[in-house]
Amino acid sequence: MLKYILRRILQMIPVFIGVTILLFILKAPGILPGDPIRMITGEKEISPVLYQTLIEENGLDKPLVQQYFIYLGKLTHGDLGKSYQKDRPVTELFANTYPNTIKLAFAAIVVEILIGVGAGIISAIKQYSFWDVLVTLSTSILVSVPVFWLGMVLQVIFGIEMKKWTGGAFFLPISGMSGDQFPAWVHLILPAVTLASVSTAYAARIMRSQLLEVMGQDYIRTATAKGLRHRSVVFKHALKNALIPVVTFIGLDLGAMMSGAILTETIFNWPGVGLEIYLAIGQRDWPIVIGGVIIVVFAVMIINLLVDISYAFLDPRIRYGGAAE
Amino acid sequence: MTDRHIHDPLREEGHPIKDYRSGIPATPPSEDVTNADLSSAASRTLWGDAWRRLRRNKLAMAGLIWAILIVVVALSADLWVPQRYGDPELIDSTTVVERMLLKPSVEHPFGTDRLGRDILGRVIYGARVSLAVGIVAESISVIIGLILGALAAYYGKWWDTLIMRLADIFLAFPYILFAIALIAVLGRGYINVFIAIGILGWPTIARVFRSSILSVKENEYVDAARALGASDLRIMSRHIMPNAVAPIIVYSTMSVGGAILTEAALSFLGMGVQPPTPSWGLMLSEARAYLFTAPWLMIYPGAAILTTVLAFVLLGDGLRDALDVKLKD
Repeated sequence: MLKYILRRILQMIPVFIGVTILLFILKAPGILPGDPIRMITGEKEISPVLYQTLIEENGLDKPLVQQYFIYLGKLTHGDLGKSYQKDRPVTELFANTYPNTIKLAFAAIVVEILIGVGAGIISAIKQYSFWDVLVTLSTSILVSVPVFWLGMVLQVIFGIEMKKWTGGAFFLPISGMSGDQFPAWVHLILPAVTLASVSTAYAARIMRSQLLEVMGQDYIRTATAKGLRHRSVVFKHALKNALIPVVTFIGLDLGAMMSGAILTETIFNWPGVGLEIYLAIGQRDWPIVIGGVIIVVFAVMIINLLVDISYAFLDPRIRYGGAAE
Repeated sequence: MTDRHIHDPLREEGHPIKDYRSGIPATPPSEDVTNADLSSAASRTLWGDAWRRLRRNKLAMAGLIWAILIVVVALSADLWVPQRYGDPELIDSTTVVERMLLKPSVEHPFGTDRLGRDILGRVIYGARVSLAVGIVAESISVIIGLILGALAAYYGKWWDTLIMRLADIFLAFPYILFAIALIAVLGRGYINVFIAIGILGWPTIARVFRSSILSVKENEYVDAARALGASDLRIMSRHIMPNAVAPIIVYSTMSVGGAILTEAALSFLGMGVQPPTPSWGLMLSEARAYLFTAPWLMIYPGAAILTTVLAFVLLGDGLRDALDVKLKD
């Protein structure tokens, strides 16, 4: 097991270095629009001498390779540079926004588990029934819905129209994460449902096909043959094995959500990392963008590693099979 | 039994009922599964069979018909849309006040936007952008993916390591963020959206193609061709490609929908197609300001994206079943 974990960590290293190189190339002068010094000083005129000093202070006169290693060295100390416009360290900015992204992600995962896994189980147990057809069809539709459109539709239905119909008695907040008469968790409902939509559909599909596959195995037939009730065959024997890939999918999805839900966060004005990075792109505040992507990629990789390890823990075939993927 | 099944371990182990394409066992053998099993009789081709099976799949055919309809409408738009509904890009400032934000009516079935332009006309022209992105971007991904996947699988060793690590690096990035970062570098605009989405799509294609070549490569007919002195290029194009290409067709059909969604998302965020070009994502972004006053603005562009993507998803699902392909996820 330890060997497996070590191997997975070793595999991560080249990928992470590759990511930093790619990002470093992106942020090299001349590639992104805008002069980095102008970004720091703003609109006001500066003397050529000051300009030169700033170049040297920021290490922009050194050869690119050297700049890369300086950058990498700072990275290992958790120094991601300073925002051009906000004059605050990038790490500090993300320390403020990350909790919001994590909150939203966990809320979305709850939706995924309750609705996705639930629908998948029903769909598999009652194969070819009305419910099965309903689940299969609605998952196809859900994976085709543009997330930002779904968010807007939910805003109109639950935030605006419902307020009109009920005379303001019942509606859901459609923007931000606090600040009106609602408790904080109510603000999470619409963004979480929006963010979870596509993954819920996938979770339901995977759950269905896995459960159906397991139900066809010999040991299930044995369990039925020895006279167990159908319910206990499904829930005690089949579900346990069928859940493994679903748990993996949900884990990987949680990892993906660590990158911030840029569309959901924009629609609902949710102050998470996705929105932060998106706004920074608009302002050409590259340290936030590059630093943000590094943090995000790192977070995603860590979660994926944890998922892989727990997968190997749950399913010994992975551990001993030596399959890396 | 035809020779096609001799090397099929699942069938040799006596799982005649197991529909292993979809990983769903114990499916009652429906008519088309039985047909598929008997299908290698003389004078029938793989593609002919696939088409026969596809035609029987109602959802896939609905997807195909809808996709064709959208293509026809989008291509013929110049002939009838401007005459009937006005130029979708033109803003006439003199009459804008009386024509803006009209509710759907006989004259404007989908209403008008804040600049008095007909929404139906813009939705129809928006199909051009979406289809173009879907097809061009996907083609870029497929071309890069096929070349790199083939190099990795056929030459193996450090080619394989290098290309697959590069794919890992690409896949490690959050997708939308990476697309936005690329657009930030390339600059906004139509062509750059194609390029960005195209570049981002190759790793999955390369992986799918690599694994499908790896399984085809082990066949005896490849060894036979090599023994006869065929060149790498010939073996690749005549013997391996035709047998490894089915998963790519399935995967890329499904991904056209994904590319359309990505373009819509980028345009929605202001990083894609720029105004006044009509694009569904852009129209939704403009509609966002009128959620309270004119909520109908956002219904039709969104529904257009949904149905178009759905058409390609259903078609891809149908192709997967018809071509007997098992994709990992």
